Amino acid sequence: MEESVKIEAEGISEEAEEKVRENEENPVLSVRNLHTSFFTDSGEVKAVNGVSFNLKKGKILGIVGESGSGKSVTAYSIMQILADTGRVVEGEILYNGKNVLKFNKKEMHAFRGDKCSIIFQDPMTSLNPTFTIGSQINEAIMLHTDRKTRKAATARSIELLEMVGVNEPEKRISQYPHELSGGMRQRVMIAMALACEPDILIADEPTTALDVTIQAQILELMKSLQEKMGMAIILVTHDLGVIAYMCDEIIVMYGGRVCERGTADDIFYRPCHEYTKGLLRSIPNIENMKERLVPIAGSPINLLNLPKGCAFCARCDNAMKICLEEVPPEMEMPDGHFASCWLNVKKAAEQEQAEKQAGAAAVKAGADTTAAKADEKTGEAEV
Amino acid sequence: MLKYVLKRIFYAILTMFLICFITFFAMNAIPGGPFNGEKAKSKAVMKVLNERYSLDKPVLVQFGNYMKNLLHGDLGVSLKNGRDVSQTIAESFAVSAKIGLIAVVIAIIFGIILGSIAALNRNKWPDRVIVFFATLATAMPSFVLATLLLLVFCIQLKWIPVWSSTSHSYILPVISLSLYPMAYITRLTKTSMLDVLGQDYIRTARAKGVSQRKVIFVHALRNALIPVITYIGPMTAGVLTGSLVVEKIFTIGGLGSKFVDCITNRDYTMIMGTTIFLASFIVVVNLLSDLVYKVIDPRIKLS
Repeated sequence: MEESVKIEAEGISEEAEEKVRENEENPVLSVRNLHTSFFTDSGEVKAVNGVSFNLKKGKILGIVGESGSGKSVTAYSIMQILADTGRVVEGEILYNGKNVLKFNKKEMHAFRGDKCSIIFQDPMTSLNPTFTIGSQINEAIMLHTDRKTRKAATARSIELLEMVGVNEPEKRISQYPHELSGGMRQRVMIAMALACEPDILIADEPTTALDVTIQAQILELMKSLQEKMGMAIILVTHDLGVIAYMCDEIIVMYGGRVCERGTADDIFYRPCHEYTKGLLRSIPNIENMKERLVPIAGSPINLLNLPKGCAFCARCDNAMKICLEEVPPEMEMPDGHFASCWLNVKKAAEQEQAEKQAGAAAVKAGADTTAAKADEKTGEAEV
Repeated sequence: MLKYVLKRIFYAILTMFLICFITFFAMNAIPGGPFNGEKAKSKAVMKVLNERYSLDKPVLVQFGNYMKNLLHGDLGVSLKNGRDVSQTIAESFAVSAKIGLIAVVIAIIFGIILGSIAALNRNKWPDRVIVFFATLATAMPSFVLATLLLLVFCIQLKWIPVWSSTSHSYILPVISLSLYPMAYITRLTKTSMLDVLGQDYIRTARAKGVSQRKVIFVHALRNALIPVITYIGPMTAGVLTGSLVVEKIFTIGGLGSKFVDCITNRDYTMIMGTTIFLASFIVVVNLLSDLVYKVIDPRIKLS
């Protein structure tokens, strides 16, 4: 008896190890060189310009940036729920190795809501005002699971509402969205998104429209559900506090490009991109109430005519000539995170040069001493 | 809900009373009377007639008498031909309502379909064609349309006889009655549909994996119809009670043409009867459309 338990335990741990290995090798979602544009009357608006990232199983990836940086558009591109004028023009979105962009209609409907679901920013407008809460959650359940009757789906809906902390779920399912508060509605959205236990949950500024106490509750809820259900989360936000609290990995976006990526510690303690540094400077600090906040000067770039070089160049205090001309490459920092800034390239080059010089100096110094010694010798000889 | 309905019924009765009061005095203020025909009648005859129909009494007394009879459900007899007013209204309303109902159903069905097609094909050719004809139809007065239809289909093409008592003579009146509301509903549906399709909850539905067809017909259409319904209520009342112009042009003995006839004839009882009938019809339809509105949009609070 004991033995069998032991064997089982071993088996589990082996399986778990295998899973861990799998996780590291195969991201559940891999976005490669994504370009998304909106074709408007005034021209092509390039909202996303070459974004790449990997989302690992069961991890939380944060995408942070200001309005118009392309974070939401990236999220909508994954779900293919862009506005009519929007289109992915280049790149790949791989879900477990399969390209989502090549899915046919049927595969796409099966992907959305079942494998990947999304919570939107404003729970006030994201639920259909003319249908009850219950029928809206039921719809997702009946579409993707075996519960095809309304009765079976309703039972599951009640379960889900209970799970996300909605009180009196039996009563709520027959209520309409306008009868619930904002926090409640966001919980309903989360219940709806999790109805089919997706592999990926995209949260598009899930707490922006809520007041602060409710924000914390919703984040806490998402974190605990993530631990319980093990899905991967993409958290899109402009709230650095939320990002720091929630995420395993962070992407900082500007002008539709990734400017820095790394762990929360990398981004918050060792920022290597001028934009990230600016963002961090603009956070109010409770210990320093009298000091003025330092905003990032200027306004977001016009995505209709992207600059040739670095998108942030016009607002960067330390911009150089090359920043105007060429897009900075992504470069690994000494601590292992990545940033796309010419200053880092310059710094690295300078360092290299300094090292070289130091090396050369050392060699030279060595040569000098030998020369001196030689001189001494000759001197001696002369004497 | 019941409380709301009772309250509305109370207001409806008040409205009806005011309508009766104003109409009665306005009608009596118009020069002439029911017996002033082309042939001059002798004073004695006029006196007898006025006495017979109590027209010699003060207007206020006449009004009191009329209201007393009305409460007993008696609309009186026509001063022109002596026929029972309620019976005349019932007969002519049946004719108007038959044509009107067909027109309303056509207008609603085609209006919503065309509007949805235009919205879903925004800025493509189906949208442009539909919007062009919808604008044309809303801009064209019904008397021009009715005359043109008569000219083309009855006189030039001779597809339909100019006058006939059989049912196919309803085709042209129905077309001329339904075209304006249909065009209006088309435009209303299109704007409303476009507005709804841009709403966040449509994106939510798409993100759930709902098919495009279901997104449009279940999630979008229901919301898009809310403004359409506010229009459909009063429109139905208007079309069912008959259009004067269309009934005159196609010589249909409906309520619309009767109404105008009785005014020119100063047929007092008939004027009152038709006014009360039309007003109560409109009041009831408005109440009904408000109730339907509540059913479709749960956010509306009836109070």
